Amino acid sequence: MTTLQVRVWRGGPQGGDYRAYEVPRQASQSVLDVVTYIQRTLDPTLAYRFACRVGMCGSCAMTVNGVARWTCRTHVDQVCADGRLELAPLANLPVIRDLVADMREFFDKWARARGRFAGRRTRHDDFERVAPDSEPRRQVDAAIECIGCGVCYSSCDVVAWNPDYLGPAALNRAWTLQRDVRDAAQAERLRAVAGDAGCHACHTHLSCTERCPKHISPTAGIAGLKRAAAAAALKGEL
Amino acid sequence: MSARREALLWAAQRASAAMLALCVVVHLATMIYAAHAGLGAAQILERTRGNVVWLGFYSVFLLAVVVHVPIGLRAVLSEWLGWRGASRDAFLAAFAAGLGWLGARAILGVFL
Amino acid sequence: MNPVRRARNHPGYWAFLVHRVSGILLALYLPAHFWALGLALHDAARLDAFLRWTDQPLVRFGEWGLVLLLAAHFSGGLRLLALEFLPWREWHKSLAAVAAGVSLALALAFALAL
Repeated sequence: MTTLQVRVWRGGPQGGDYRAYEVPRQASQSVLDVVTYIQRTLDPTLAYRFACRVGMCGSCAMTVNGVARWTCRTHVDQVCADGRLELAPLANLPVIRDLVADMREFFDKWARARGRFAGRRTRHDDFERVAPDSEPRRQVDAAIECIGCGVCYSSCDVVAWNPDYLGPAALNRAWTLQRDVRDAAQAERLRAVAGDAGCHACHTHLSCTERCPKHISPTAGIAGLKRAAAAAALKGEL
Repeated sequence: MSARREALLWAAQRASAAMLALCVVVHLATMIYAAHAGLGAAQILERTRGNVVWLGFYSVFLLAVVVHVPIGLRAVLSEWLGWRGASRDAFLAAFAAGLGWLGARAILGVFL
Repeated sequence: MNPVRRARNHPGYWAFLVHRVSGILLALYLPAHFWALGLALHDAARLDAFLRWTDQPLVRFGEWGLVLLLAAHFSGGLRLLALEFLPWREWHKSLAAVAAGVSLALALAFALAL
């Protein structure tokens, strides 16, 4: 196949539609390469977002043929068998322009989930020692590599049904801090992530787990938060 | 308070689910046995009337149903029909009460 | 495939859909079940009439459908309890297939037993 038929969503907050482009097919071509080609050679008005191009920064996620993906590490081979690509901004987020979604709400929810580490030691204290093979440390390891790309949030049905829902990424972040033995804000964080807009709204669809490019399972962390919050509620501590 | 309420509802939903899992197996086995043995009404009532074990089992079963069903419907109503707030919860409380009443009537009809 | 469906086309989503739809149908069926039993169970003659009614092929088929719903909701529910309460393992993703197998087996057992 020598050309790709690419349909790209163009528009803004007021709406928009797909526009068609033809892009030469290359070996080892990533979806981000395709978008970059369109912007550099066919249509310089196309807006999209990227930075590192190697799967670290989490800024290039888009909806590719209906599924949210990081585009820099998604090869065209993986997603398009028939030479057609359909690119749209991430779902469940407002559009700024073309392929650029507004991530403010996404990151505001991290703050609402108390996604900040709260230490209890000062520079005058010795280091806290955390055994690498301890259970909490291994649970943190399994969830800590999140790059904040928004793919899970965009894939989550509960976010679509309940706009206040904190979402998989923010809850996953909260979980890594709940399992951090050095953290001093566990009770407050548990209050922030429990309830209708928090972990108990999750129905274990596993869409976040299915789509996470870093192979994290936010579902697992959310289940941990559900158990911890329910235990605290039963003890009257929530 | 919402956090506490949702966490407790979640716990109640899971606890009742675990109870239902046991009850459903016993119930289905009983029904299959009754159908297989071709039990008539007189034989069924003879086994159930005044049987305290039977009464206890089905009371627990009914209690689990009355807890489990409205909590499940609560999510459906808010997520698929957009019905949230006090009116939804009042409807579900009435539904639970109605379910409990109908169930209790059925159980007592066979026990007494 | 329609993009909206494609995004959801994975076992976890199908398991959710089966669980929710079977749950709704069971919730609608239960009041009718209790009501009918409450009417029939007062005396032996009415109960016998009720049991004869349930012997018709169409009612039998309906019963089998109910058992399938119940088995699906039961095995899907056990899957959810495992996902939420057991330590996370990769094989949890295959639990949806296990749940589907268990519910079909239960429904089949019921169909053969009757």
